Parts: sequence; C-alpha cells; structure tokens
Amino acid sequence: MKRYLVPLLAVLVACGLAWSIYNIFYVAELEATQLYWNQKILYFHVPFAFMLFAAVFACGIPAGIYLKTRNPRFDDIANAAAELAVVFGAVVLITGSVWGRAAWGVWWTWEMRLTTSLLLWLVMVGYVLVRRFGGAGAERLSAGLAVFAMIDVPLVYFSVKFWNFLHPKAEVASTLVGTMKTTFRMSSLTMIGLFLLLLVARVAQARGERQLRELRERGLDAGILEP
Amino acid sequence: MPSEAVGCAASAARRTTAPVSFFRLVATVAGKDLRVELRSREILYTMAFFAVTVVVIFSFAFISDKRVIVEAVPGIVWGALAFAGTLGLGRAFDREREGDTMRALLLSPAPRLAIFLGKSLAMAVLIAVVAIVIAPVTALLYNLELGASWGPLALTLGLGVVGIAVVGTVFAAMLLRVRSRDVLLPVVLYPILIPLFLAGTRATGALLATPASTDEAWFWIQFLVVYDALFVVTALWTFEALVIE
Repeated sequence: MKRYLVPLLAVLVACGLAWSIYNIFYVAELEATQLYWNQKILYFHVPFAFMLFAAVFACGIPAGIYLKTRNPRFDDIANAAAELAVVFGAVVLITGSVWGRAAWGVWWTWEMRLTTSLLLWLVMVGYVLVRRFGGAGAERLSAGLAVFAMIDVPLVYFSVKFWNFLHPKAEVASTLVGTMKTTFRMSSLTMIGLFLLLLVARVAQARGERQLRELRERGLDAGILEP
Repeated sequence: MPSEAVGCAASAARRTTAPVSFFRLVATVAGKDLRVELRSREILYTMAFFAVTVVVIFSFAFISDKRVIVEAVPGIVWGALAFAGTLGLGRAFDREREGDTMRALLLSPAPRLAIFLGKSLAMAVLIAVVAIVIAPVTALLYNLELGASWGPLALTLGLGVVGIAVVGTVFAAMLLRVRSRDVLLPVVLYPILIPLFLAGTRATGALLATPASTDEAWFWIQFLVVYDALFVVTALWTFEALVIE
C-alpha cells in the first residue's frame, strides 16, 4: 500500500489539476465588476495560503514531538513541511502581490493577511537556511525554531491585525457564485492533494537519505567500505 | 559515566548542604555572568557604543529640510536595540564556548531552567543598560519632550528587553554547537521577534505622538506582556530539550 501512495496521489493530483485549470479558464464565470481575469488568481492563491499556514503547523508539531522523543522520523516530516512552506509561501506572496495590484492598485500593501503570510514565510526561510548552513547539530535548533514559529503565528496575526491598515473586503471566498464556487472547492482540494503528495514524497526521500547515511557509516565502521 | 557522577554529586550536595532555592540558583548564574562581564566590560562597552552609532547613523538618514523626523524615533530605538541585542547575545555565548564552560555549567547540579533563567536575566540586564544609554541620546538628538510619558516608555522598553533576552538566550544557546552561528542568530531570531518589534514601535510611537495616545500605547504594552509570557513558557519548555550536550 505504502509503495503505491505516491504514484496514486500523483495521478489524482494530475487529474485534479487538469480539471481545475480547465474549469478555471473555460467554465467558471468571469468576474466582470472589477478584477476580470485577475480574479482567476484566487483559485490558486487562497488554497496556497491555506497550505502555507497548514505547513507551519505541519512543521511545528512534528518538531515539538521530535524534541521530546528524538525520533528522527518526525524531524524528516518537519523539514519537508518547512521546505514546502517556503515554496507555497513564495507562490502566495507573488500571486497576492499581483492580486493587490489589480484590486487596490499597489503591488504591496501592509494588509493583514499579506503581512502575516510574509512574516511566516520569513520564519520558514530561516528554518531552511539553518538547515542548509547549520551543519551538524542544526536539526535541534531548527526544530526549536519551528516550535517558536508555531507559537508566533497567533501573535503575528493579531499584532498585524491591530496594526490597522488598508482592509480588503472581508471575505472573498464566500462571495463566489455558481460555477466559481465548485471550481474553487475543486482547486482547493487539488492543492491539498498536491501538498500531501509533495510532503509524502519528500519525507520518503529524507528517510531514504538518512538510512543510506547510517548504512554507509555502519559500512565504514565495519571496514567493508572504503572511506 | 559522567551522568552517574553528576547524579552522585547532586545527591551528595543534597545530603550535605541545605537545599538551595531555585531563585538563588537563578541569581547565582546571573550574578556569575554579570561579574565576568563587569571585569572586562567588553560586551557592555561594545554593545552600547554600537547602539549609539546606529542611532547616530539613522539620525543622519532621517533629516529632511534641516528638520529631524520625530516619527522615525521608534524605529531607530528598536532597531538599535535589536542589532545591539544580537551582538551581545552572540558574544556572551562565545565566551562560554571559548572557555568550554557551558558544559561545566550544564553538568552542575543546578536545574537547566535555573541556568536558562539566570543567563536570560544577565542578558536582560545588559540589554537594559544599552536601552538606558540610547534612550537619552535619542531624546537629546531629537529634542523630545517626554513629559509624563516616560514611565510607560520605560515599561515598553523593559518588556521589549525581556522578550529579546529570553528568546535570544534560547537561540544563542542552541547555536553554540552550530556552524556559522554569527550569521544564523539574526536569521532565526528576528522573524520570531517581529511581533515584539511591531508592538514596541507602535507603543513608543503612540507615546511620543503629540498628543500622546495612551490608550493605544497601553494596548500594545499589554500585547508585549502576552508576548513575553508566551515565549517565557515556550522557552522554559524547549530549553531543556534543546541544549542537551
């Protein structure tokens, strides 16, 4: 079962992506009051933003467990989630910026959700940097960072919220009508699937890498392998 | 085995001497750090000088029409505190690493939490001294009339200093054994501290505005209290797991 998880998910996500893209551009109605084609960004932007927030927790919770149990499996999960958060966050920031230009006439505003996403993205980039350049012993530090980042989420959110700047219309997703709604739901599901697929694949890869390294060390210790 | 030896030493200490209270231990660790610092005053002098330089450089940048921009003051003060804080944190733990004394400290029968709180306390004192130095310098350079708002201002800075010291101590201690730690400390520290800086600058700005909006300032001061409390708890929870040698 485990062997087929990645290919199965990949097929499902591929089908979902094809369906979503077709529906986004050919079926869903055009938002004809203000944004026109720019509104199509929403079908990607909002699910990606959800996944960015989910990734921060998917990184923080396993990191906390890793700190307590020292089971490297949880560290693999945290690492994979952090890398995904960086990728998904970059998409959120770029699409959000394009949306801001179309909706409010500026590439960037210190709007609540935009700012929160930026700050969370910065923390996750910090995690990946520590991971990449910290060398040995960086696992624990990055795990600590992930736990702190998770605690930081509500603080960032509320501090930015009370900071009081330009507020967009409160809920975009609930104003969707008819075909837009189904397309949005479907593309959200697809993005969740994509996230899970990448997470599972990356965790499997990280685990393989770790096992290979351990095997190599054992081989070196036993004198079977040449250094 | 070292762990057994520590266990024996700890139980021996417990048998022969009266139990040392937790806060005594915290005070001892903090006192040790501050005494080492007072002998050389290296961190204090470099940090304070660096912070004053930052304030002066920023002041040059924020002059327009031969007039200083008072709105820039919160950013300058908090920016200088942040930079000086990382400088001091990095140096304080470098000292432990050079003498390889962190291991000795961790091997002592004092609980990890006492060591952590003691080191944070010493760090908070050092950063607070920097704040005490740069606040009058900034007020002087910008001709600020503090009036009645100096109390809340001091409270804001104090809460900020506690937050920087607590979170900073956790990460600086963790970075002890990591490569390129000087670069990585701000990389991990600043994103976590952003809500603190945001609240701190907002509170300072509200207090320095004419007329000062006390309500807004108090809101952000409360926010700082929540931030500090939350991260003290998180730090206490994680410190033990993070710095096991």
